[in-house]
Amino acid sequence: MSLFVDKLKTQIAKELIISDEELLRAYECDALSAYRQLPLCVVLPENVEQVQAIMQLCYQENVPVVARGAGTGLSGGAMPVADGLLLSLARFNEIIEVDPHQRTARVQPGVRNICVSEAAEKYDLFYAPDPSSQIACTIGGNVAENSGGVHCLKYGLTVHNIMAVKLITVTGELVEIGAESLDSAGYDLLALITGSEGMLGVIVEVTLKLLSKPLCNKVLLAAFDEVEAAGDSVAGIIASGIIPAGLEMMDNACIRAVEDYLHAGYPVDAAAILICEIDGAAEEVDSECRKVEAILKAAGASEVRVARDKAEGEIFWAGRKSAFPAVGRIASDYYCMDGTIPRKHIGSVLNMINDLAEQYHLGVVNVFHAGDGNLHPLILYDVSIEGEQERAEELGGKILEICVEVGGTITGEHGVGVEKINQMCVQFNTEELLQFHAIKSAFDPKGLLNPGKAIPTLHRCAEFGAMHVHQGKLPHADLERF
Amino acid sequence: MTGELVQQYQQHIQDAYVAETPLCIQGGGSKAFYGRKIKGEILDVSANAGVISYEPTELVITVRAGTTISEINEVLAKEKQMLAFEPPCFATNATAGGMVACGLSGPRRPYVGAVRDFVLGLKCLNGKAEILNFGGQVMKNVAGYDVSRLMTGAMGTLGVLLEVSLKVLPEPEYELTLKGESDLATAIQLMNKWAGQSVPVSATSFHDGNIYIRLSGHKSAVLAAASQFPLSEYPDGENYWQSLREHKDNYFADDFSSDSRNLWRLSVPSTTEEINLQGQWLIEWGGAQRWLITSEPLEQIRNVAGKAGGHATLFRGGDRDGEIFQPLSTGIEHLHVALKNAFDPKRILNRGRLYKKF
Repeated sequence: MSLFVDKLKTQIAKELIISDEELLRAYECDALSAYRQLPLCVVLPENVEQVQAIMQLCYQENVPVVARGAGTGLSGGAMPVADGLLLSLARFNEIIEVDPHQRTARVQPGVRNICVSEAAEKYDLFYAPDPSSQIACTIGGNVAENSGGVHCLKYGLTVHNIMAVKLITVTGELVEIGAESLDSAGYDLLALITGSEGMLGVIVEVTLKLLSKPLCNKVLLAAFDEVEAAGDSVAGIIASGIIPAGLEMMDNACIRAVEDYLHAGYPVDAAAILICEIDGAAEEVDSECRKVEAILKAAGASEVRVARDKAEGEIFWAGRKSAFPAVGRIASDYYCMDGTIPRKHIGSVLNMINDLAEQYHLGVVNVFHAGDGNLHPLILYDVSIEGEQERAEELGGKILEICVEVGGTITGEHGVGVEKINQMCVQFNTEELLQFHAIKSAFDPKGLLNPGKAIPTLHRCAEFGAMHVHQGKLPHADLERF
Repeated sequence: MTGELVQQYQQHIQDAYVAETPLCIQGGGSKAFYGRKIKGEILDVSANAGVISYEPTELVITVRAGTTISEINEVLAKEKQMLAFEPPCFATNATAGGMVACGLSGPRRPYVGAVRDFVLGLKCLNGKAEILNFGGQVMKNVAGYDVSRLMTGAMGTLGVLLEVSLKVLPEPEYELTLKGESDLATAIQLMNKWAGQSVPVSATSFHDGNIYIRLSGHKSAVLAAASQFPLSEYPDGENYWQSLREHKDNYFADDFSSDSRNLWRLSVPSTTEEINLQGQWLIEWGGAQRWLITSEPLEQIRNVAGKAGGHATLFRGGDRDGEIFQPLSTGIEHLHVALKNAFDPKRILNRGRLYKKF
């Protein structure tokens, strides 16, 4: 295969190619470091023409391509493929244009998420999706994963906040999808590309929608003695006609971890806390804040704090935003899950997770986007203890299966990647998986783009043995069992 | 009973698949005028109706595709919720399936999103008569490709919709419409300026020398915002926006069947300046949706819309056997054909309704 690298060097400057094993190590995994693989080589193109040339050569030589942004993904979506090329878009890091009148930003895919809002700030505009990794993660990766964040309850996911992409197809052709108008002719390919995990093409430019910054906001923090009561108050707030900008929940284990780490003044004896942010015009925020406070108290909150000013609001948030590193201090390793469930099941699912954790003799810490039912159970384990990692993965799989059972999904915002590929067999049946493969083939008939991710083969599902017995029908009954 | 209906549809598609008979999917027929005229056996799916589940605290409603939009609106209104994208019906029998398949949205679109932004999941039959479920009933869901949104606006060419789950939103507490005199260029400027400010705008339009703006939200916030505009209150706002959405306004009075004048919809970047085409203009969506009644030649309209960075649809009138929608670039067309084949390999579902080729 080094023959391929030699050919590549005739097309692309040597300085842009990494094939030395020591240097390749930096690219062997994304933020899900349990899954690692060295690629054949890494290429860091600097312009669209180079990406096209790379894709053309890979297509001709049947070499798989995995695109990578900042590598902050949590599902192994950017894990390299052996004998494949890793295409880093890190050098596509320019904000091409911010148009304040049109309220759009045209950016290259390697631009970090937070940089967009920073560039738009002088116009009182912002880019709404704000994944917790926003200081590091890139827009290209956000589009590939359809990233959310704490404010997507009100402002939507990446798919709701982008207008167009420029995409290089597997054959190296440049196509423009979407437009700066609010819709475009034909199929909604923009929606199809968003969240497609690098399986359909390589994004080289994105046009983002910018929103005007809310005039003011207020943050509340409520403590509960019962997890169920906290869950019920989430439903109560939504039922009252209020859509908060953010509505987050943490359980006791998480509150304690965060308090030890940050000393944010969280109530450490509470079974759960809710953090609720309301934004809008001043009159609206004041009135909704009073309503939310009343709902929280009626639902049984033992304490409700309303941030007196911006600084205090930021302290309320700081704990939530540092939950992952805080948990990182109490366990040598943790495994972050990402299921979504209907809000009404929050209380019962949390209890089921705790029961399962006991069965598996593992700790679980819960911190999540309660407003949209997006759970992030963090399973604590120690990789140096034999069998713990496997137990953690198995427990994670069980949790996702509960999410599907109660009418939810195995991934709310982290993507399937390699991590949740087995659980895809639980959520989808044979025909649905085949339909996904047919879509993939429409874009990538040779299956060269990020192979082995996101959509499992039927054989994999048969081997996984995910007995998704739906209405008494055995899945993949047509496949031989070994 | 609905199970039997679905089986009937499935059988119909299976037979059509074997015989390669083109099928023409029909719901309420309210948007039969929209898109290209096609031939085929009628697959009437309007009987598959009814609300399957609705839980106001989840902000989600799941309905069978034949459920009328008016029934959905009624059910939601009882809980003070709504389809925030304000879908046009054009007739009382308009269904949820047609609403999703046509992908049309109303006055609130630029401020809260389009029908595609509110589709959370769906159940459908593909061109091989397979029953498939995509998406779900939760807001955040990235498992598998986003087929639900891909099918929105696909005009039934990728599948027959059986059920859809839609995100709903609370109705605003208070609404107010303002009106004032303006010229077209100033109106476009103003609409874009307002959209970039933190005011609760929920609809904008310009025609006949007047600019209209609707504010929605908390009463005190709406009143505070209204006082900033140099416009006066327009008391008949609710009817005005409804007649605009439903094309009942006098502007749309012609049926465009006889003379050479047609109704065009130009979707362009909102800041596009005055477009140099002769005819009567009506502007909506903060400048992003522009209606034009004109007898200007098709090529010229398409050309101008394309150059502005948008596209033009021959909405009513004209040659319904010709191309109704803006032609696609070669690369994009190639992907469309490949996707059509992936869902409907024998091309039996609404063949040619969107584009002649597929």
